[in-house]
Amino acid sequence: MSLDMNKVVLSVRDVSVSYLARRGRVRAVSQVSFDLHAGETLALIGESGCGKSTLNLALIRQLPKNASIDSGSIAYTYRDGRTVNLLDFDKTAMRRYLWSECSMVFQGALNSLNPVLRVSDLVYETAAAHGIGRLEAQTRALKLFEQVRLDAKRVFNSYPHEMSGGMRQRVLLALSLLLRPQIVIMDEPTTAVDILTQRSILDVLKQLRAELNFSVIFISHDLAVAAEIADTVATMYAGEIVEIGPVNDVFYRSRHAYTLSLLNAAPRLSAGAETLESIPGSPPDLIEPPPGCKFHERCAYAQPICRTTPPPMVAYNNGAGRAACHETARVLADARHKA
Amino acid sequence: MVTDGSQTMTKTGQPLVQMEGIYRSFVKDRQVIPVLQDINLEVGENEILCLVGESGCGKTTTGKIIAGLLEPSRGVMRVADRAIGDYRGREKALLRRQLQIVHQDPFASLNPAHTIGDILSFPLKRHRMTEGGAALKRRIWELLTMVDLTPPGDMVNKYPHQLSGGQRQRVSIARALTVQPRLIVADEAVSMVDVSIRITLLKMLLRLRQELGLTIVFITHDLALAKYFAWEGRIAVMYLGRIVEIGRTPDVIAHPAHPYTRALLAAVPEADPELTRHKQTIALRSDDIPRLTDIPPGCAFHPRCPFFAAGTCDAHTPHLKAAPGWDQQVACLLVQQGAL
Ligand SMILES: Nc1ncnc2c1ncn2[C@@H]1O[C@H](COP(=O)(O)OP(=O)(O)OP(=O)(O)O)[C@@H](O)[C@H]1O
Ligand SMILES: Nc1ncnc2c1ncn2[C@@H]1O[C@H](COP(=O)(O)OP(=O)(O)OP(=O)(O)O)[C@@H](O)[C@H]1O
Ligand code: SF4
Ligand SMILES: [Mg+2]
Ligand SMILES: [Mg+2]
Repeated sequence: MSLDMNKVVLSVRDVSVSYLARRGRVRAVSQVSFDLHAGETLALIGESGCGKSTLNLALIRQLPKNASIDSGSIAYTYRDGRTVNLLDFDKTAMRRYLWSECSMVFQGALNSLNPVLRVSDLVYETAAAHGIGRLEAQTRALKLFEQVRLDAKRVFNSYPHEMSGGMRQRVLLALSLLLRPQIVIMDEPTTAVDILTQRSILDVLKQLRAELNFSVIFISHDLAVAAEIADTVATMYAGEIVEIGPVNDVFYRSRHAYTLSLLNAAPRLSAGAETLESIPGSPPDLIEPPPGCKFHERCAYAQPICRTTPPPMVAYNNGAGRAACHETARVLADARHKA
Repeated sequence: MVTDGSQTMTKTGQPLVQMEGIYRSFVKDRQVIPVLQDINLEVGENEILCLVGESGCGKTTTGKIIAGLLEPSRGVMRVADRAIGDYRGREKALLRRQLQIVHQDPFASLNPAHTIGDILSFPLKRHRMTEGGAALKRRIWELLTMVDLTPPGDMVNKYPHQLSGGQRQRVSIARALTVQPRLIVADEAVSMVDVSIRITLLKMLLRLRQELGLTIVFITHDLALAKYFAWEGRIAVMYLGRIVEIGRTPDVIAHPAHPYTRALLAAVPEADPELTRHKQTIALRSDDIPRLTDIPPGCAFHPRCPFFAAGTCDAHTPHLKAAPGWDQQVACLLVQQGAL
């Protein structure tokens, strides 16, 4: 319906990002490539420190000073068909790009809304920076607040402290859409919120997406949330995308041992008594990553080749998905195979 | 008599902790905030009891009262069949040690200036748990091995900041074990760590329960995790300071009785795309959680409850009790009447 696999909005190629730290160069994102299509929701999953936030900060060029984008390109295609490389943008061009082409909702933002500003001030401020007048801004905001099921007029005149966490998160979601961007990036928007709050955020997101047809990059530790809202799932490990594909392929026909290990560690409410397997050890040092497959030290499927040779990316179903694991055949045989 | 699994104890049978009519309130800005109301709860020797519910419902407050860190405003707390007020002197000190709590954020609770060895040796020395240097060292190594922080020789000289989140959490657990407790309250003890590490920690806690005969009160807001961890124990669901449902985990998860439990379970996404996309959610009448200073009359859940019956739910306060046809106890008038 809304997902248009023929229209690529964002094309990321071989992007690498590193931080300069005291001990050396932290290779937080290595050679990441993917396409984001119109109306697509891409979920990035992976353990803490695997580079999810760094990748997203790179996509909006908001990395901290000690970080650098060492290689690659990020091609963005406007609604009129023009394509640009975001890495060529200067500060002014980037400022114009943010909010109107791509906006973001950070988890931390929930508590960092300026307490002395009313929601209406935020709306006017954001709109004015992009040349939109107060009346137009107000009309748009009220409509969006209704769409995220808020008492629109009341919320418009509220201060952040007058709203619950769930309301604030929905306000942020609505604000992110004020300038009608093609892409919304959400970093852990439902982590640390209550179950019913998470439910209302997910429902509202699904509804808005259907109505306004934007693309979403969604970062989450929570596999269940990814299973519910993603069209495409990308597994990151030690700075690399090690597997990416349609949600059903990644969950039911996992091709990378790490993806399958993550799934086998996630409890499912409806599964009755479960034996879960933990992943031994912890993610590798990103200053001196291990040779071969970076996951090999923790991998139950590892063979001698995994210790020496980085596994190549192998595509399946005419490029619908791909994974980089030497032992795909065995992993696939053990995968969950449903649907 | 019909056996009612919801308040009976596990194998060993003896209740370790009994909460009878416990109330707790705080005063803030000259306003009394009733945080816990009429909590009646027994935790059996060697049992696993999981407390779940949304933020602010009173899980931590309940856990602190169980661990003896907080006094109830009203009601009786019994440990091993004696009201805690009856414990005196040495016995009281012993009681203190037998009930331990492990907090969510090990960063905040581990002194950054002390090594792991120090952190474990302080309570061992203070409570004279070991005799002499050699025994002290042996005990520290034993504790580190117990929580899988190996090799212990490498670990003792490290500082908290040199450890990962999961490792710090193990140190907290090892520290709680120094005084040989009978019960541990684990308050969101694994929510800060990744899925994979979480399962390792939970398995470790389950093993310690077996090996040491520990009783575990596990606090979480993650229902899938609660289900996994407490599968052989019980779950208590809290809402606005009350327990609204309690029973054996498989019963509560597979056949939730209270409308609030039903709504919570229906709202949880599942790590299975087809399943989670076809899951029926339950729409509430309102998303707003009432303030504790303004708790609705009757059933506190009535303004949000999809099954609300005017004249009943807003008029009478339901108490936690057995309901016909259910294996668990539930505080819902309609369920108790057999109408749901
Ligand atoms: N400002 C920084 N300076 C140096 N290293 C950094 C900086 N920010 C992040 N890193 C490192 O880069 C790596 C990737 O971090 P990032 O925050 O992108 O991970 P993440 O996947 O978002 O993790 P989480 O799930 O915990 O949010 C980590 O090893 C982290 O320690
Ligand atoms: N010392 C205190 N003074 C005033 N109010 C308090 C105090 N401790 C707790 N409260 C209030 O009591 C209520 C219950 O708190 P509690 O920490 O027990 O909830 P919880 O269920 O553990 O929540 P969470 O999931 O957020 O940890 C909250 O509204 C809290 O603000
Ligand atoms: S390449 Fe080898 S080590 Fe890496 S995930 Fe696959 S089997 Fe495991
Ligand atoms: Mg992050
Ligand atoms: Mg708490």
